[in-house]
Amino acid sequence: MNGKIIEEVDEVVIRFSGDSGDGMQLTGMQFSDTSAILGNDIATFPDYPAEIRAPQGTVGGVSGYQLHFGHKEVHTPGDFADVLVAMNPAALKANYEWVKPGGTIIVDIDSFTEKNLKKAGYDENPLEKYKGGDFNIIEAPISNLTLETLKDSGLDRKTMLRSKNMFALGMVYVIFNRPLKYTEEFFTKKFAKTPDVAEANKNVLRAGANFANTIEALRSYRVNPAKIQKGTYRNISGNVATAWGFIAASEKSNLPLFIGSYPITPATEILQELAAHKDLGVKAFQAEDEIAGICSAIGASFAGNLAITTTSGPGLALKGEAIGLAVITELPLVVVNVQRGGPSTGLPTKTEQSDLMQALYGRNGESPVVVIAASTPSNCFNYAFESAKIALEHMTPVILLTDGFLANGSEPWKIAEMKDLPQIFPPIAKEGTLDYQPYRRNAENLVRQWAIPGTPGLEHRLGGLEKIDGTGNVSYLADNHELMVKYRAEKVQRVANYIPDQTIFGDEDAEICMVGWGGTYGHLITTMEELREEGMKIAVVHFNYILPLPKNTKEVLSKFKKRLVCELNAGQFVNYLRMMHPELHYYQHNKIQGLPFTTAELRAAIIKTMES
Amino acid sequence: MIETKPIYTPQDFKSDQEIRWCPGCGDVAILSAVQKAMAEMGHKKEDYAVVSGIGCSSRFPYYMNTYGFHGIHGRAGAIATGVKTANPKLSVWQITGDGDALAIGGNHFIHEIRRNVNVNIILFNNEIYGLTKGQFSPTSKFGQVTKTSPFGTVEAPFHPGELTIGAQGKFFARGFDSNVKLNIEIFKEAELHHGASMIEILQNCVIFNEGAHDYINDKEFKAERQIIVKHGQPLLFGTDNKKGLVLDGLKLKVVTIGENGVKESDILVHDAHDLDPTLHLALVNMRSPNFPVALGVIRSVEAPTFDERVENQIEEVQKKSKIKCMDDLLKSGNTWTVE
Repeated sequence: MNGKIIEEVDEVVIRFSGDSGDGMQLTGMQFSDTSAILGNDIATFPDYPAEIRAPQGTVGGVSGYQLHFGHKEVHTPGDFADVLVAMNPAALKANYEWVKPGGTIIVDIDSFTEKNLKKAGYDENPLEKYKGGDFNIIEAPISNLTLETLKDSGLDRKTMLRSKNMFALGMVYVIFNRPLKYTEEFFTKKFAKTPDVAEANKNVLRAGANFANTIEALRSYRVNPAKIQKGTYRNISGNVATAWGFIAASEKSNLPLFIGSYPITPATEILQELAAHKDLGVKAFQAEDEIAGICSAIGASFAGNLAITTTSGPGLALKGEAIGLAVITELPLVVVNVQRGGPSTGLPTKTEQSDLMQALYGRNGESPVVVIAASTPSNCFNYAFESAKIALEHMTPVILLTDGFLANGSEPWKIAEMKDLPQIFPPIAKEGTLDYQPYRRNAENLVRQWAIPGTPGLEHRLGGLEKIDGTGNVSYLADNHELMVKYRAEKVQRVANYIPDQTIFGDEDAEICMVGWGGTYGHLITTMEELREEGMKIAVVHFNYILPLPKNTKEVLSKFKKRLVCELNAGQFVNYLRMMHPELHYYQHNKIQGLPFTTAELRAAIIKTMES
Repeated sequence: MIETKPIYTPQDFKSDQEIRWCPGCGDVAILSAVQKAMAEMGHKKEDYAVVSGIGCSSRFPYYMNTYGFHGIHGRAGAIATGVKTANPKLSVWQITGDGDALAIGGNHFIHEIRRNVNVNIILFNNEIYGLTKGQFSPTSKFGQVTKTSPFGTVEAPFHPGELTIGAQGKFFARGFDSNVKLNIEIFKEAELHHGASMIEILQNCVIFNEGAHDYINDKEFKAERQIIVKHGQPLLFGTDNKKGLVLDGLKLKVVTIGENGVKESDILVHDAHDLDPTLHLALVNMRSPNFPVALGVIRSVEAPTFDERVENQIEEVQKKSKIKCMDDLLKSGNTWTVE
């Protein structure tokens, strides 16, 4: 390493950014995979524009990939970057304010032409100004050196330039003392049929590494492996984990899996992933619209499958009436809502937690459903499994909330083993059941029995009209309606007897706790850990079960003098808590910018609450 | 082992629920035809699933002693698609109306037909909204005066057969509510046909659109005003079957045998199995008073169905894939081990 001093650090945040065609996602994923193999803990988050190909070189077309890796546990993709790679002026403009003071910015200086500066909205080259500031600016002639490396490759100029992301990756590998071999192996495999393309990418990667080795200004860092539990790991994103959770539930319930869905950002990948798993018998139906997605799933559920539908906010609105149909017919169904910024089309590629009220109450009539929220990319697997288990065992629709941040984010995951997951027991009425009545209930959990078409002797009719208790014939009787409404609500409430107690992270004897739900878990925990390291007593109460709430919710929240409810909306969960447990006082911290929290702003919110 | 077909009577398909349709409603006769047809089809009773949307006709499943599902407005097609795809062994019957299938559910309807899902769709066409008490529907005649068109409608109606063929439908038949015998034949043919079998039944709403189809069913002129088509039979109609259809250029023309030298052998023979829908479309679109209205199975073309293609694809992928269970999937691809 040319005798350079290697500095040891606990954690690093890198952000790769460039045009949406520059291959930044691939670059980021390669760095992440290599670091995972070296034993670091990691969290990643891609940030890409809603437009598939926004005008080249503009700020609107910038695509980014942020990753956070460390020697200690990592819960978020990080707030501010230690290293920013900007492949053009627009990428610099979109991201420089997310670089830590003293951070390194690597730019492809060849792209800093007058034309590109103008496209990015710069009147003059900003690098001069930044150089005087607190950044370590590395001007690397990435495009030209890529072309130079490949001049004898026989590839055309456009194809050659497509490898320039590998030059940047080679440089970053050197900065953090990572070997190139995993990425080299990746290219060998990926381009097995076009070895010249594989070779070109590898050559550019090495050229980038060599270049970095020769630059004096580059600091070098070492991030030692984290203390990670023994086992076999893989990287998994929230959407893939969600899809897999359902396949696992299908296997554990011995029921075929049916997904009826319509593509919508950022939920589409769940449908894609399930469509790819016909090998495990998944029936993936891409419907003509959101409503057909859920209605086909309800039909599949009536016919005896584990049925799910996936969507994002606007799609959940379209599915509302049909969720009510699943409520009144008391059929198992999971509706996954990958939340994004709203209302209306809103911010399709940005994250938000603003569909909580819609999930809880967004239907006509008294229409209770179970609401569950996943809180990390990998535990989407567990909560998808759990949602399916509850839907099947309690004969109820379940809404599983994730969000764009969880869905697209990824992290290493200690691979689950099927033997460790519980069996699922749906209450299926068997042939020979005497006097089957569709709405006769189990006294303990109020669940009705599921008679599947094709079973002799159990023919019955279900439907959206109110049904009489027991036989399920259509009924407009006043008292019966009230009874059925209460049954449906109580059945959902009794799910609380089957879910785990609410836990507390951190100091149970702290004066203050942060309260959160869903995808903000990593940011709340990171903030808590930082403050505890500084000697403060603090706890986090983070919810995955929203409806019903765990039975000890009030007890847990009452342990603290102050409760600060933090969420990425205008205050939906805090108002829900105010309604459920009005005797407690709640502080709130809200952010509605389509972005995750930063630990800095959470710290500020805690300090403000402490002082109030 | 010889499997004997179950023996049923129409009574076996009647539920214990009191029929709530208006006295004289055409729905009652259709219900009776379905119950008679099902008793003769040879399926086990538990293998029928009757699915509906919302509207007068959609109450149908409650009156059938089979598995039944009364859905929400317009969505019968989407629900039926889910039922059949999830459990292809079932004989799925979708009951819908002109509003349910062609207005609020129009999107599901065309896609269900396009995909060729193996379900039987019975569309009760009374050209009016009955359950909401008398507003025009997408099949109401142009200019029809209803509660929401007090000065007459100003929009052209859909013709279900035309829409079916436009959506690449492989089966279309038309029945008349009171012609139980014909309807039973149509239902049985529809069940034998693999794919989306779309059946339009011209149905009378005694309260809000009384007599909408009277013209073609007038006892005195019925023979002249309707033609019952049968595959392989000449397209003859009229008293004593003296009238027939011939091709005049690209168009159908009504001729009389014995007049202008027309012989019986000149009359078109109905080919319901022709993949080319041109003539089927012409038959579907014959309207009073210039043409007789065609009843019976107008189009019946075999083609692979959606549900069997779904099954086949799964089977093919399963044969090739190394992933046989969830544990295989969990361990597939890029993994690493921390010691």
